[in-house]
Amino acid sequence: MSISTLETVGRRGATTRPRALGARIRPIIARIGWTLFSLGFFAGIWELAWALGWTNPRLVPPPHIFLGNILEQAQFFSPTLRWQVGVGVAEQPDPFMAVLTTVLATVGRVASGLALATALSITLGLAIRRFLFVERLFLPTISFLAPVSPIAWLPIAIFLFGIGNPPAIFMVFIALFFTMTLATIAEIDAVDRNLVNAARTMGATRAQIYWRVILPAVAPGLLVVLRMNMFAAWMVVLLAEATGVGSGLGQIIMLARNTFNPSLVFFTITLIGILGFTSDWLLRWLQRRFLFWAPRETGGRDV
Amino acid sequence: MSDLANSTATISRESAITCRGVGKVWLPDTPRAYEALRGIDLDVKPGEFVVLLGPSGCGKSTLLFLIAGLESPTEGEIRSFEKPVTEPAPERALIFQQAALFPWLTVGQNVAFGLSLGGVPAAERKQAARDALQRVGLAEAATKRPTELSGGMRQRVAVARALAMRPKVLLMDEPFAALDVQTRAKMQDFLLDVWRDSTASVLFVTHHIDEAVALADRVVVFTARPGRIKTIVPITLPRPRDPFSPECAALRIALTDLLKAEVDAAFAEQEGL
Ligand SMILES: Nc1ncnc2c1ncn2[C@@H]1O[C@H](COP(=O)(O)OP(=O)(O)O)[C@@H](O)[C@H]1O
Ligand SMILES: [Mg+2]
Repeated sequence: MSISTLETVGRRGATTRPRALGARIRPIIARIGWTLFSLGFFAGIWELAWALGWTNPRLVPPPHIFLGNILEQAQFFSPTLRWQVGVGVAEQPDPFMAVLTTVLATVGRVASGLALATALSITLGLAIRRFLFVERLFLPTISFLAPVSPIAWLPIAIFLFGIGNPPAIFMVFIALFFTMTLATIAEIDAVDRNLVNAARTMGATRAQIYWRVILPAVAPGLLVVLRMNMFAAWMVVLLAEATGVGSGLGQIIMLARNTFNPSLVFFTITLIGILGFTSDWLLRWLQRRFLFWAPRETGGRDV
Repeated sequence: MSDLANSTATISRESAITCRGVGKVWLPDTPRAYEALRGIDLDVKPGEFVVLLGPSGCGKSTLLFLIAGLESPTEGEIRSFEKPVTEPAPERALIFQQAALFPWLTVGQNVAFGLSLGGVPAAERKQAARDALQRVGLAEAATKRPTELSGGMRQRVAVARALAMRPKVLLMDEPFAALDVQTRAKMQDFLLDVWRDSTASVLFVTHHIDEAVALADRVVVFTARPGRIKTIVPITLPRPRDPFSPECAALRIALTDLLKAEVDAAFAEQEGL
């Protein structure tokens, strides 16, 4: 008998209680430790290459340089702030605030596009499975457009929405909408028929079946799909910002390119990496906390 | 005299489930049309325990779905306590081979699910769920998740969920087929206890002869495709039944003989596919 079985037997009746704090914290600490180690390891190689003079520090500045002069980098974020909110030229905004505002502008676009795409794709997916004419009207076009790279939509976004927030939000929306609509349909088809049948024999109305059986049954799978497409969403929002929007992290990258500032590129890449990592962590937390009946095998290893 | 005639009439009319000439063709009017059932005549009396026995694929589940009201027959008529069956109703509870519990709800919420659909107040619902779980011996499990339970416990929760709706008929589709032999024997005893304490009829599908002998007032033996009633074997032995008694052995032999031809037929057809 393994130790874990012994433990379960010994604590029967208390299995729903959370595990002891120490036991819960230890794996988290280990995970954070390995993340830092992994990042540190590759940063270390980079630093070493710099110390030995293998790389040109003007082209590929190592982390201690582009992270060391954060304040200097942050000043590049302020023009966007001025441009965006119309602060007077004389007022120099706090560099930290400038970075934060830029980051929040990008995050806001991703979040809006994501919310819009989630709401509409679930609604459309349900409608397609509910009404045959909706399926016949929408499904062929959606299947046709789903494999098109969202990047191809960039000109359309600019034609339709010009500059500002709408084209960037539209790009995030496009990156998620078609895939998530198809995923909603697939998830609905995969719902255990007998869950629906059980609800029907207990007298559930059609609306109750949708709200209380189908939606909770498809939610975990959809979150996995959302997670897998989050990276695409981050990608296209930067692209849209670089070309059309005029503020946000994508525009900073563009600015860095045009002014030949590798430090700024790497600093922004660091910010983007942190954002992507955090958003994925957030979705995973949502999954564990609220959609715990999720099939764990999909969407990669849960590290 | 006329009084007596009347009362007999009432008794014979008072049938929990009535099937008259019930037939079902799946996907009718298509090339894949499949006749699953033909000419089923069956009466289940209130409080009776009827077992449907037949080779797999002979339409036993189909018949339960028709009686539950989840599907409509393509021929004939089904009535429940005199009312035509047109849609599912809480008085006819259906229990599946896999417990079909909602994994996002706790055990208690699962049991209370049907009541919450009808807008029963939360306190009353909770009490009813507690009572139902008590009856299946799982009063302690109310706050657990279905995934934390064993297969046998999950199936007992499914029974509790059905009981909470106060059904008049329990329709059970091979509910213990996925359980190991020891658990299955325990579950049969448990089901008999629950049934004895209630006034509900049970219509129980199985392809296990032992299970039919252990449980049934009457065993309805099906033919292979399309499913028809081959014969009905009444069992009057008192319960609990000793599976090693000569009477049970004789019943097993008789039922095995009855089934053999049908199983062979079903097998031949599957090989022909
Ligand atoms: N929803 C359905 N649509 C089409 N065919 C079905 C459906 N359900 C069952 N069938 C067919 O009806 C036949 C009888 O199935 P079923 O009632 O499940 O048999 P049993 O429960 O006796 O094993 C099978 O051949 C099956 O393929
Ligand atoms: Mg079956």
